[in-house]
Amino acid sequence: MLIKKPSDIPSSEITPEGLYLSRRRFLGGAGALVGAVAAGGAISEILSPSQSALAGTKLQYSQSQYSTSEKQTPLNDITHYNNYYEFSTDKYEPADLAKNFNTRPWTIKVEGLANKPKTFDIDALLKMQLQERIYRMRCVEGWSMVIPWVGIPLSAVLDDVQPNSKAKFVEFTSLKDPKRFPGQQRNVLDWPYVEGLRMDEAMHPLTILAVGLYGETLPNQDGAPVRLVVPWKYGFKGIKAIVNIKLVDYQPTSSWTKAAPNEYGFYSNVNPEVDHPRWSQAKERRIGEFTKRPTLMFNGYGDQVASLYTGMNLKKNY
Amino acid sequence: MKAKYFKPLVFLACLVPLGRLAWKAYNAALGANPIQVITWSTGTWTLVFLMLTLTVTPLRKLTKQYWLIQYRRMLGLFAFFYGSLHFTTYIWLDQFFDWHSITKDVVKRPFITVGFTAFVLMLPLALTSSQRAIRWLGKRWQMLHRLIYAVAIAGVIHFIWLVKKDLRKPLIYAAILSVLLLYRVVVWGARRLSQERVENQRSPLLKRSAVATD
Repeated sequence: MLIKKPSDIPSSEITPEGLYLSRRRFLGGAGALVGAVAAGGAISEILSPSQSALAGTKLQYSQSQYSTSEKQTPLNDITHYNNYYEFSTDKYEPADLAKNFNTRPWTIKVEGLANKPKTFDIDALLKMQLQERIYRMRCVEGWSMVIPWVGIPLSAVLDDVQPNSKAKFVEFTSLKDPKRFPGQQRNVLDWPYVEGLRMDEAMHPLTILAVGLYGETLPNQDGAPVRLVVPWKYGFKGIKAIVNIKLVDYQPTSSWTKAAPNEYGFYSNVNPEVDHPRWSQAKERRIGEFTKRPTLMFNGYGDQVASLYTGMNLKKNY
Repeated sequence: MKAKYFKPLVFLACLVPLGRLAWKAYNAALGANPIQVITWSTGTWTLVFLMLTLTVTPLRKLTKQYWLIQYRRMLGLFAFFYGSLHFTTYIWLDQFFDWHSITKDVVKRPFITVGFTAFVLMLPLALTSSQRAIRWLGKRWQMLHRLIYAVAIAGVIHFIWLVKKDLRKPLIYAAILSVLLLYRVVVWGARRLSQERVENQRSPLLKRSAVATD
């Protein structure tokens, strides 16, 4: 497999700490509120020093050669434009509806065709070797972002449970809890949300489990506490709030494939030449930009992933 | 209510959705994807004004508030106004005059084909909305303006077809339009029935002569 090493990120591309902090403050609302929250956090830290990481906690991570140096989408856009049907089918609503979503306690069961199935506690996952991965994200609806995720390669977790030779696919399942997910009170999709990858796609170094964004733990509306990120596939493959990862010998049926098999296939690789039956996929609007830009094959990750699909008819296997 | 004072107020009220949008745009409050918000908002208001226009006749007859007819043209023209903004947003802001891609969209994408059709069908209605055109077209004017039924149906289908999964909103419009169209079917049916009754009461001779003069 040919792995192209992208150029290192010039330090000028990284958001300056001051600007970053002022943005955080702005998002938190009034300075007093931020102060109160900080004080509250400090007190609870004293009362229970081993308190788990909650949304907005800074993470320790290293940089990665897989990051792009493209201009990053502002945090406010990444957190206020979310396709998260468990909360709402309106992209502007999850930010508010997810405010009080509790991500503790949280475990991720990794099971199925593996020698050492294991249940990971989210806080154990956060203590693993985290990396920042600045990826392009292309939504099937025709818009895109550049997102600085923080996470771990999915392969690290899978290696830990030792998949056996019968494992051909990986099936991911989200939390199903209509009390916490108001959107699950209606059957817009067949809950819980299910996604799947082929084993080689799951083991690919670009595939990560994201636990953070802009250097902090994942905001609830972006899939906290842990979500999948597969940058060469359409965004909906990035299943959020994962509770189960299962190694299987069958091709899992994704929720969107179940909902509209002629529109959303198992692979869902970004492909400007294969249109969605109802709209073109040739171009995309990068959030924050005025004119559309051409969509790249495999979302620009072709050098790294095209070899996974050699000989496959991508029109058929959309 | 005196139309002289009330009409300008209604006119201003019809401009509120545009004002709100402009205000939000000016304050950069249209969110992460402003062009999509503008497209959605102008499209939604086109549908709302189409529904309002189609509500005038049933409402004035059922409530016997016959003066309401004075507002029908204004509402219809506002439907066309917001439809034009919606269309312009698509051509200019969304596609940025990429005629190749626009042509492909109109031909290949059913939801755009049907939306485009709705807009094109609105054109003759807007062009013949003046008093002069009404007088000039006479009876044909009413025939022509029945096109608004096709426009509204196409508009609602346009909305249904573009939605990814959650059909609640477009189905609300579909339900409202069904009621408005059903009213007309019922009225038309009732009129047919009463006409038949009148004709049956006439002598066979008169009936024959009526047919002959038709």
